Amino acid sequence: MNLPHHAARAAPAVTQATAQGGEPLVETRGLSVKHGERRALWDVDLKIHPGEIVTLVGPNGSGKTTLLRAVIGAVCPDGGHILRKPGLAIGYVPQKLAIDRTMPVTVDRFLALGGATDTASRRAALDRVGIPALGGQQMATLSGGQFQRAVLARALLRRPDLLVLDEATQGLDQPGVAAFYRLIEDVRAELGCAVLMASHDLHVVMSASDRVICLNGHVCCEGTPTVVSARPEYRALFGMGTEGTLALYRHVHDHRHDKAAEPGAGQPEPQGCCGHDHGHHHDHEAAPGAAHETEETGR
Amino acid sequence: MILLDDFLFRAALAGIGVACAAGPLGCFVVWRRMAYFGDATAHAALLGVALALAAGTPVLLGVLVAALAVAMALSARPDGAFAADTLLGVVAHAALALGLVAVSFLEGVRVDLMGYLFGDILAVTRGDLAVIWGGAILVAGLLAARWRGLMSATLSPDLASAEGINPARERIVLTIALALLVAVAIKVVGALLITAMLIVPAAAARGFARTPESMALLAAGIGAGAAVAGIAASYRLDTPAGPSIVVAAVAAFLVAAAAGPRLTEARTARSRGT
Repeated sequence: MNLPHHAARAAPAVTQATAQGGEPLVETRGLSVKHGERRALWDVDLKIHPGEIVTLVGPNGSGKTTLLRAVIGAVCPDGGHILRKPGLAIGYVPQKLAIDRTMPVTVDRFLALGGATDTASRRAALDRVGIPALGGQQMATLSGGQFQRAVLARALLRRPDLLVLDEATQGLDQPGVAAFYRLIEDVRAELGCAVLMASHDLHVVMSASDRVICLNGHVCCEGTPTVVSARPEYRALFGMGTEGTLALYRHVHDHRHDKAAEPGAGQPEPQGCCGHDHGHHHDHEAAPGAAHETEETGR
Repeated sequence: MILLDDFLFRAALAGIGVACAAGPLGCFVVWRRMAYFGDATAHAALLGVALALAAGTPVLLGVLVAALAVAMALSARPDGAFAADTLLGVVAHAALALGLVAVSFLEGVRVDLMGYLFGDILAVTRGDLAVIWGGAILVAGLLAARWRGLMSATLSPDLASAEGINPARERIVLTIALALLVAVAIKVVGALLITAMLIVPAAAARGFARTPESMALLAAGIGAGAAVAGIAASYRLDTPAGPSIVVAAVAAFLVAAAAGPRLTEARTARSRGT
């Protein structure tokens, strides 16, 4: 494998945040995490600044969930540091919250157990996430979308400085996904909190993402997303139903090998992209893969 | 306190005391799928009995130490999850078998083995009552004081972490509570049936409860009712008291299993209607 951008490897993969607001909320330095013998993450430097939306993308097993769990404090790093701003309030919406069927719990009680003692604020939170009438329902009876909204309501009640979402829309249909991300955007605009989220799909990245980080055990590269919802070939693939919340991270993959010499011809390069040799492929699903292809060949 | 002179009354009080702690704690055992873990801890109690008798220390202390040691060792496994049936099964039965073997080595000490295996609630003394209620209040108080943390860690350890709660610490709290309960319940239902007092009332309460709190309180109530009913049955029918209590709890569970779903349906229909 040729490594035409070998020099880029030396470039520090550190933040070039678009939304600065003083000191970072969370910073990882040289973070590494092991799952047993396997290295899940290594040398991850990450900074999340107040108010910015950062999206992690990467294939399955690339460590997105592990990194998010490290940020929220659920995983102990094997190396490096995680620095959190003192008093940082984190709201977390996991990929799937499996409430054991043996536990009866209403939506309202679920919110109260998160520490929201005030009934009115719980009602307002349910109102905000669009499920005002469901306070008395059992969590187990909610649909996938309602459930994730209830979990989001619990996160919002913590008045978070940082909202962490781990593939929060898995299992939702396309309109459900779009509606959920629109809600996140609105909430971010209202609360001014930072958002750190993972997406399994390289191409489904919110247009409002300030930064996209491509992860594959380490930070491959990061940069701003390019909105492509206006492009006809993209719409042909994803349809109009997503109302512009879909975006594509313009991602010049120099490790797409035979094309390695082509990228960068008149195109802005993403920052800190390393020419790595572990050959991960991003076209893990047929349709998005095709979209990716479009992006690469369409220049 | 003439009533306390009545062995039946003392037995009922002892049963109610254990049920009040076992009900709420049993809910966590059910929610977190710790039934086998409870078995391993309870069976370790027998080993504790043998060790205490051999060393000449109070039996209660031996049971507490053995139960705590086994429970801590099991929950300190690297992945920290409770459900690993095989390992827990090995430990549960190893503790029981080792305990039985160890007891047989005790020469010159008269050991009421049946009493430790199945309980001896009709022989509860005033001193036993004080220990049982003291332990039960301690367990119930521990759960109440740490309720939100315990609940959050049970709902989702990751969610708890994000909210500043350490799920590992909550797990240790539950482990300690379980060891305490085993120590005070061994006199009432015996090492073999302690897990039954934990999970059967909790399972019976599930169908009627809408919140975790109501399930915990209901479980305590059902357990207490089963204790009284079991002791009454034991007195009239001359059956062993500990197993009779468990049979009464199982009867409550069967009734709940039959009635619970219908109740839930009716409730759902009503809430949909409004």
